[in-house]
Amino acid sequence: MSMTAMEIYALLPQTNCGECGTPTCLAFAMQLANKQATLDSCPDASDEARAALAAAAEPPITLVEIGSGDEQIEIGNETVMFRHEETFHHQCGLCVCIADDAEDAEERIEKAGELWFERIGDMIGAELVAIEDRSGDPDRFAELVSAVVQNDKQSPVLITSDPDLVRSTFEAVEGLAEARPLVHGADAENWSDMADIAAEYDVPLGVSADGLEALAELTPQIKDKGVDQMVLDPGGDDQLQTMEQLTQIRRQALDNNFRPLGYPTIAFARGDDPRKVAVDASTYVSKYAGVVVIEGEEPWQLLPLATLRQNLYTDPRVPPAVEAKLYEVGEPTEDSPVVLTTNFALTYFTVVNEIEASRVPAWVVVVDTEGQSVLTAYSSENLNAEVAAEAIKEVGLEEKVNHRDVIIPGYIAVMSGALEEESGWNVTVGPREATAIPTFMRRLVS
Amino acid sequence: MSLTPVKKSWNHQIKEVTIGTGESAVTVGGETTLPFLHDEGDMPNPPRIALDVFDAVPDTWTEDLIEATGDEINDPVEWAQKGVEEWGVELISLNLTQHALEEDPASPEDCAKLAEEIAEATGLPMIVWGAGEEEPDRDVYPVVSQALSGQRCLLGSASEESYKTLTATCIADGHNIIGESPIDINICKQVNILVTDMGMSEDRIVVFPTNGALGYGLEYAYSILERTRLAALGGDRMMAMPIIIRAGTESQRSKEVKAKEDEFPEWGSRADRGIVWEATTATSYLQAGADIVTMNHPEAIRLIRQYIDTFMNTE
Repeated sequence: MSMTAMEIYALLPQTNCGECGTPTCLAFAMQLANKQATLDSCPDASDEARAALAAAAEPPITLVEIGSGDEQIEIGNETVMFRHEETFHHQCGLCVCIADDAEDAEERIEKAGELWFERIGDMIGAELVAIEDRSGDPDRFAELVSAVVQNDKQSPVLITSDPDLVRSTFEAVEGLAEARPLVHGADAENWSDMADIAAEYDVPLGVSADGLEALAELTPQIKDKGVDQMVLDPGGDDQLQTMEQLTQIRRQALDNNFRPLGYPTIAFARGDDPRKVAVDASTYVSKYAGVVVIEGEEPWQLLPLATLRQNLYTDPRVPPAVEAKLYEVGEPTEDSPVVLTTNFALTYFTVVNEIEASRVPAWVVVVDTEGQSVLTAYSSENLNAEVAAEAIKEVGLEEKVNHRDVIIPGYIAVMSGALEEESGWNVTVGPREATAIPTFMRRLVS
Repeated sequence: MSLTPVKKSWNHQIKEVTIGTGESAVTVGGETTLPFLHDEGDMPNPPRIALDVFDAVPDTWTEDLIEATGDEINDPVEWAQKGVEEWGVELISLNLTQHALEEDPASPEDCAKLAEEIAEATGLPMIVWGAGEEEPDRDVYPVVSQALSGQRCLLGSASEESYKTLTATCIADGHNIIGESPIDINICKQVNILVTDMGMSEDRIVVFPTNGALGYGLEYAYSILERTRLAALGGDRMMAMPIIIRAGTESQRSKEVKAKEDEFPEWGSRADRGIVWEATTATSYLQAGADIVTMNHPEAIRLIRQYIDTFMNTE
């Protein structure tokens, strides 16, 4: 968290010597607060001031990297409690957890490898697969971890509180250290050995403890051992308590700049009811977890979670846009209607959704309006007759359909004439609201 | 090490709105804290689930949902009763659509009769939605409202463009009103101002910010809910109304719910996908501040009831 000018001023020598090039220490403090100067210009700065300013410059939540190469994810470095205040920066990792005493563990690893879905042009899914030590058999554990590494679809996570097992697995599994697994992990008993291993192999370390105070006592000790890539597991008796703890950790980091809790978090959704597992996990996606672990590898569990994450980690400051081009809804033919709209993602998805609901196949011309909705684009001249005519021409519709009729949004009915003149197409004015599209489309073809 | 928790305290409260009368009446709102942060303030009333019932079998629903609902789907009164008896819902969300048909529309009197029958058969507080089409709705609201007069229902919805008839009707017949806004926090507030200016009491309004399902613009409504709640707890009285969200009907429009398994084998079982999609849409909005969620699938309803119990510490 950044310091205010007055907080910085209190740490300066207050001699107003002017050596820094600024007449007073207060003016210099204001420059420091605005990051327009560095403390190096001050000849009399104390070590205390240097340390405080350096700490303030660090991000309040450490960025943690899990995995390597294409499979690497970054979590942490968050700056806000609510996405509208700025944005959520590093989407949480989604992790499928497989116990090593499951007879079909190999199959599950295979299945987890398929948990990738294409959605709005992104590949979304589970980036992590955890092998959890329950069998007590080091060979079995290593064998499964090796299967995750070999599968090469996701980064491994090792779940065990036994440091010897972690060490033997690193020795047994080729390429494991290079894959930079998350080791989960350290607790009040084993933290010293676990920290040594994490430091030796340079891998991130999960830390769990009974309550946030105990957690805050552990992390500085692990940090002193040279490990700063930590992921905090606050546990919790139920989903409510876990949510409260995740919230409190984020607040401690952001509001208090409390370093011992300034790390991303991990939360587990477990249980016998696979639907409930998915529903519980959704809470941790919205409420601040850095890694969400689920016991289960069904696509219908992962798809909603990955979609929710994609939604909530969308930057609210950027108008979401889809590519401006010709889209096909259903399987349109040369007789199918042509619909025109803008490339504001919400507009596009609403329109396409409603056309799909109408079950009338159609061509959709999406005009590049810089991600603006119909009315905004019309007011800002990003959507006028010329732009629309150009878009119709560019997408090559004249070769694809045997008619020259285009449907435009009801809100821009006023430009019908100009568009007809500009494009040579006949313009039909569609509904103003997308909800009226199904009725409109069905009427059009009946 | 001692750790002083960072606690937020708020000096303002969300309005409490009571729907229904007598023993079955349901009160929502009243929070002095962000969702489920019980250590920082009160959440005197749990969020509520309302069962969506339609006056005709919705033609866009998946077979999974129609099957899970059962044969009662063909008779809205039986459907609502099943909701009470088997799924334990505490609110009925009646969706009127047949009066807006092009051919052979239902009369306002038909609509009113149906609403009355459901109210009587279930004994539960009623939410009644129009078809979202201005003209047919304008004719139906006063008749339905009068038929349910004195039952303190929740009728909607009133928009910035058309709120007058409904507001006047709700005031006359002693109902609560849903103020609708198109994912826009300023219009949300504006509708509340317009409706209260006509004499509607502040504790008789529930806001509907219009929401998409998971994957369909959920993040917009999610942030609108969070901003609305923060503004209200910070003292903006015209934002301090309970919030209603549509989890079920919106989910039924999603490709991920509708697509068959042979179209997208990589998405897995459609029956499970549909349930989890609806339930996850609900949890997301509950975590952002929703006070009422309207839902369809009995299994999704079960999951969310359990979820609310956990998060209200009332298991």
